[in-house]
Amino acid sequence: MFKFDKLVFGDAGWGDEFLIATLMTLLVSILSMGLGLFLAIITVWAKIIQNGITRFIANFYTTVIRGVPELLVIYLIFFGGNAVVMSIAKVFGYNKYIELNALTIATIAIAVISATYSSEVLRAAYLSISKGQIEAAKALGMNKFSIFFKVITPQVIRHALPGIGNVWQITLKDTSLISVTGLVEIMRQSRISSNVEHSPLTFLITAAILYLCLTTISGRVFKTLEVNYSKGFSA
Amino acid sequence: MNEFLSIIQNSLIFKNFFLVLSGLDNTILLLSISLPLGFVLALLFALGRVSKIVLLSRTIASYIFIIRGTPLLVQIYLIYFGLGSVKFIRESFLWYALKEPFWCGVIALTINTVAYGAEIFRGGIQSIEKSQVESGLSLGFGKFLILRKIILPIAIRKVLPSYGNELILMVKATSLVSLTTYMEMTGIARKIMAKTFAPVEAFIAAGILYLFLNFLMVQFVKYLEWKYNPHLRLNN
Repeated sequence: MFKFDKLVFGDAGWGDEFLIATLMTLLVSILSMGLGLFLAIITVWAKIIQNGITRFIANFYTTVIRGVPELLVIYLIFFGGNAVVMSIAKVFGYNKYIELNALTIATIAIAVISATYSSEVLRAAYLSISKGQIEAAKALGMNKFSIFFKVITPQVIRHALPGIGNVWQITLKDTSLISVTGLVEIMRQSRISSNVEHSPLTFLITAAILYLCLTTISGRVFKTLEVNYSKGFSA
Repeated sequence: MNEFLSIIQNSLIFKNFFLVLSGLDNTILLLSISLPLGFVLALLFALGRVSKIVLLSRTIASYIFIIRGTPLLVQIYLIYFGLGSVKFIRESFLWYALKEPFWCGVIALTINTVAYGAEIFRGGIQSIEKSQVESGLSLGFGKFLILRKIILPIAIRKVLPSYGNELILMVKATSLVSLTTYMEMTGIARKIMAKTFAPVEAFIAAGILYLFLNFLMVQFVKYLEWKYNPHLRLNN
């Protein structure tokens, strides 16, 4: 039933494969969280500037992606992504076959999902900054650039950190869905190993424990960050 | 006009739409068992979590910790592939349920939503002011009556918005059951894609249906909020 002796490192076991798979999960999570935050900032910007068209597009994007299963979004980008990239390349006169690699597709797919959650968190954090602060900065003669980086950003980070921590946990768990694209991360590795060793229970429990470790450790990291960023503010 | 209609009727999205629609009943079947069951169990687990029996509270806390810390896909695979590989389960009565992808899906979804729901309800129960319970005591209410007439109504009313979010997450989570060969909407969309090599049309058709389902869910939760918060209605 259990074959935990197969988890040793080296050729006899799957230990090193699982280590690489865990790093792959982390890599995809970090890359897509970063790209997701970037997309989220654009989305928030599109929602808060007084422009009906950008706001409509941003609202449409967040509503649709949050109303559709993550798996469907991943399928759509995985199977439809190549066609879109190739048709864009055709416009620029490039007619050869293009195939995006699995990591790129995984990162984009998870980022598109995670950005919708991040944008809600960032928008709420931005709206919690009182207008007086920005007016005060203007009165001091700060330009738009330094208002953004010296007044808005530090406060948004402090307000948004707990929410971003939640989004990170969701993103980390969403990367398990990427296994359907064939990218070898924890979930895919556990399927491969259990098919070879005929012991799904062993390797699925291993996967569960690895995910549990990742979520617990990163939860601790975010707690520390929160404490650091809210110095001088009583919680 | 007729020409326009025939273009629409012959378009792939339109055809796929009705094919995917045939999987809607399977999706709803999954939800119709796991959501009510999950609701009841989540309430019980939340009560156990806040109870003074340390062993019970600790056990439920670790259950919630494990389920919330692992992806749903791992849980579904553990139940479908993992439990099925154990010999004594295959020989026991459990096998009647666990050999069906449908019941594996229902079990996994229920286990998952109970953990999230229990945490939501715990927040609601703990946010009730002590004075409410005390006034119940002073009126001579027993423990069960306080629970039924004071704690639960206030707690459920308070957490309706966040429980609504959980319900929508559950609607989306049913798509993962397609990975255990159960043919609900995502599974059918995937099959269509394999047949027609037109991924975008297949998945957009499924996406529209999921959006519609979630829209209904949002309206349902809004109605519940309106119904159970009469004191917050603007015009009576």
